[in-house]
Amino acid sequence: MANFETVEVNTDLLILGGGMSACGAATEAAYWAKKNNLKVTLVDKAAMDRSGAVAMGLSAINQYIGVAVGDNTIEDYVRYVRQDLMGISREDLVYNIARHVDSTVHMFEKWGLKIWIDENGKYVREGRWQIMINGESYKILVAEAAKNAMAEVGGEIFERVFIVDPIMDGDKCVGAVGFSTREEKFYVFKAKAVITALGGAVHVFRPKSVGEGFGRSWYPPFNSGSSAYLTLKAGAEMTCQEVRFIPVRFKDAYGPVGAWFLLFKSRAISAEGGEYMAVRKDELNNWAPYGLAKPIPANLRNYLGMLDVDEGLGPLYMETNEAIQKLASEYKDDKKAFKKKMKELESEAWEDFLDMTISQAILWASQNVKPEESHSEISACEPYFIGSHSGASGAWVSGPEDLDTPYKWGYENMTTVEGLFAVGDASGASSHKFSSGSNTEGRIAGKAAIKYILEKGAEPNVDMAKVEEMKKCILKPMELYDAHKDETTDPEVNTHYIMPRQFLHRLQKIMDEYAGGVTAAFKTSKALLERGLELMAFLKEDADKQAADNLHDLMRVWENIQRMWIAESHIRTMLFREETRWPGYYFRADTPKMDEENWKCFANCRWNPGTGEWEMMKRDVWNIPGV
Amino acid sequence: MPSYVIVEKCDGCKGQDKTACMYICPNDLMVLDKERMKAYNRDPQMCWECMCCVKICPQQAMDVRGYADFMPLGGSATPLRGSEDIMWTVKFRDGSIKRFKFPTRTTPEGSADPLAGFATHDDINSNALATEPASLKLDAVPTI
Ligand SMILES: Cc1cc2nc3c(=O)[nH]c(=O)nc-3n(C[C@H](O)[C@H](O)[C@H](O)COP(=O)(O)OP(=O)(O)OC[C@H]3O[C@@H](n4cnc5c(N)ncnc54)[C@H](O)[C@@H]3O)c2cc1C
Ligand code: SF4
Ligand code: SF4
Repeated sequence: MANFETVEVNTDLLILGGGMSACGAATEAAYWAKKNNLKVTLVDKAAMDRSGAVAMGLSAINQYIGVAVGDNTIEDYVRYVRQDLMGISREDLVYNIARHVDSTVHMFEKWGLKIWIDENGKYVREGRWQIMINGESYKILVAEAAKNAMAEVGGEIFERVFIVDPIMDGDKCVGAVGFSTREEKFYVFKAKAVITALGGAVHVFRPKSVGEGFGRSWYPPFNSGSSAYLTLKAGAEMTCQEVRFIPVRFKDAYGPVGAWFLLFKSRAISAEGGEYMAVRKDELNNWAPYGLAKPIPANLRNYLGMLDVDEGLGPLYMETNEAIQKLASEYKDDKKAFKKKMKELESEAWEDFLDMTISQAILWASQNVKPEESHSEISACEPYFIGSHSGASGAWVSGPEDLDTPYKWGYENMTTVEGLFAVGDASGASSHKFSSGSNTEGRIAGKAAIKYILEKGAEPNVDMAKVEEMKKCILKPMELYDAHKDETTDPEVNTHYIMPRQFLHRLQKIMDEYAGGVTAAFKTSKALLERGLELMAFLKEDADKQAADNLHDLMRVWENIQRMWIAESHIRTMLFREETRWPGYYFRADTPKMDEENWKCFANCRWNPGTGEWEMMKRDVWNIPGV
Repeated sequence: MPSYVIVEKCDGCKGQDKTACMYICPNDLMVLDKERMKAYNRDPQMCWECMCCVKICPQQAMDVRGYADFMPLGGSATPLRGSEDIMWTVKFRDGSIKRFKFPTRTTPEGSADPLAGFATHDDINSNALATEPASLKLDAVPTI
């Protein structure tokens, strides 16, 4: 594109993303940068105030250990994550996040986040690890602190710039390129160290609603796998790319169920009234030792519900009315107190949705659902990639320096690529960090990256000829459109190109039908995955035949390509792991059992930038001694 | 369509470069039609119904109509966001209404101090983050 200006930005530290983890990175890095006269730059494709998964707010902080008040120990959390991920987790990373996370939460509170406090002055727990908040403005507050920190150190923030590719100097990452979605500008960020915090991936699989509700995914449709793409393209080793997450949520609008299960102690039942967790208890023996320990892993809870559905016992229901009545019944002898309690519970129930999944409130309103009067349908969502929640996909990163972990090759949270760090949904095998842990991990990496710059940071050596090639390639979809759009009466249908929405549908169809999506009831097999890869090969060839008639569509094109890369790594890793370890997330029908002897290990992969080949490898699981 | 703009109320943010809804939408969906001076959602199928646009619109010209492929008509949840709380009006299909008010923050807008008033330290080689151990409310960062 002749008229796209190239803007070069030089910085010491480059933070990619403006979500929970990026804000943590900015807040902490700014402190150390100021002491050492370094420059920090942050780039977000949206407005930091409301970008990423917390855009609409949250109603709980899912990770608070409570060490100082004696609630839990850090070791307790390590055991919990190990158990929930069926034995496969990077315990050094989980430990590291857990030992710092309480401080993050204490800072949130000071910034103005309203955390519920009980009569003894303690945070109100939703479950063992979660605390309740009034979190409509959660993201605004966290972004505000990050922005204030950046302002103090004279850092630069770029909003509405979409990051595409890493800039490499041999095996080292020295920046990233992207484009503005507001004006015709191509950005070249040159840096001594880069932190990837671009979130997880949604819309890789076909969602359940495909009309207007196409955008109603549980995780936000605007997290498109930019993190995984960037680290893969840099040649970083990835882990757990097979461990997608499938949440069970209120059906269609995907409203949260955590408060219902944990706070309101609600039961989930089949249409026949059986409580699948009780009726199908014996099935858990097949997944020992994890199936028999507490708490039962999320994927196994899903799986028992799915078995009900398979047998025609659906729909499944959350017994909201029963739960509320039971909670209020304590006050049944005092009419006034009963009424007050009912009102309080009702308000808490609605707030849970209004603070983090407003669609569910609209759905209940449109179906005249009053939770105290009738139960509500729940179901499994489509698969998502979110290493920060209950999935585990992401980059393989170096462990904490002061722990005796076998996984140490660089600075904390540095990927296997020199100078490139990953946090939040971008880093793998350290699940259950959620909003607070993601911010914490950002802080950890923010400090580590500054330390790296001080000790090793060299002026970035950027080959501008290569950058020019990248610019051409990234802007090609607009040229393609301009060159051919007038050849047909409907510019959307053309033999020279396809529009990004259709490309997305094609990707989703492959993933849904061959890689264990919703219509395949989350089942797949070697043969299906191999056929999926054959179709994926055509898709890859057509990837640069996508066309864009404006900057917004250009972003859609690149989001699709990023999704395609995480999709391929997912298929390849499911193919590599010849067992079923996380039924309820996916089921390899040809290897239907868990195989502790051969597969109690990480399944890692790497795209080799030199050869263009994928490499698959096993890595040992290390348990913290005595935990 | 999921988010929508009421023609009568939208003033195109008075023709500024950046309208409030365009500025905030995390999915880059809102666009200003400069001829009509009205905003619109360019791709309702990609809308998350997060209502960031609805909450920020200075004219209260935006709302959400539930996804037509699974929501019966007539339900709505309408926010009115102030500097420290948010009021919600939930309207049911059967006409009944519920109202809720929740706090959003406990401090003045813009005041978040990055170090949150905790003591800091200078040792980049220690395992303590800038505000630790003070912000942990412990004497030291735990280790193994
Ligand atoms: C519905 C829902 C409910 C949840 N419930 C809870 C809960 O109750 N409690 C809890 O603690 N956690 C909860 N979480 C999890 C929590 O939100 C995530 O763990 C956390 O936000 C992950 O942080 P992140 O920084 O990795 O990603 P995000 O916060 O999603 O940030 C990603 C950032 O990257 C930017 N970005 C993406 N691609 C690009 C690109 N190509 N170029 C530039 N910028 C880009 C985005 O704009 C955004 O700023 C929930 C999440 C959702 C969606
Ligand atoms: S924010 Fe409101 S008034 Fe401004 S352009 Fe958007 S819809 Fe119109
Ligand atoms: S509801 Fe959210 S996703 Fe939809 S247009 Fe408004 S801000 Fe964008």
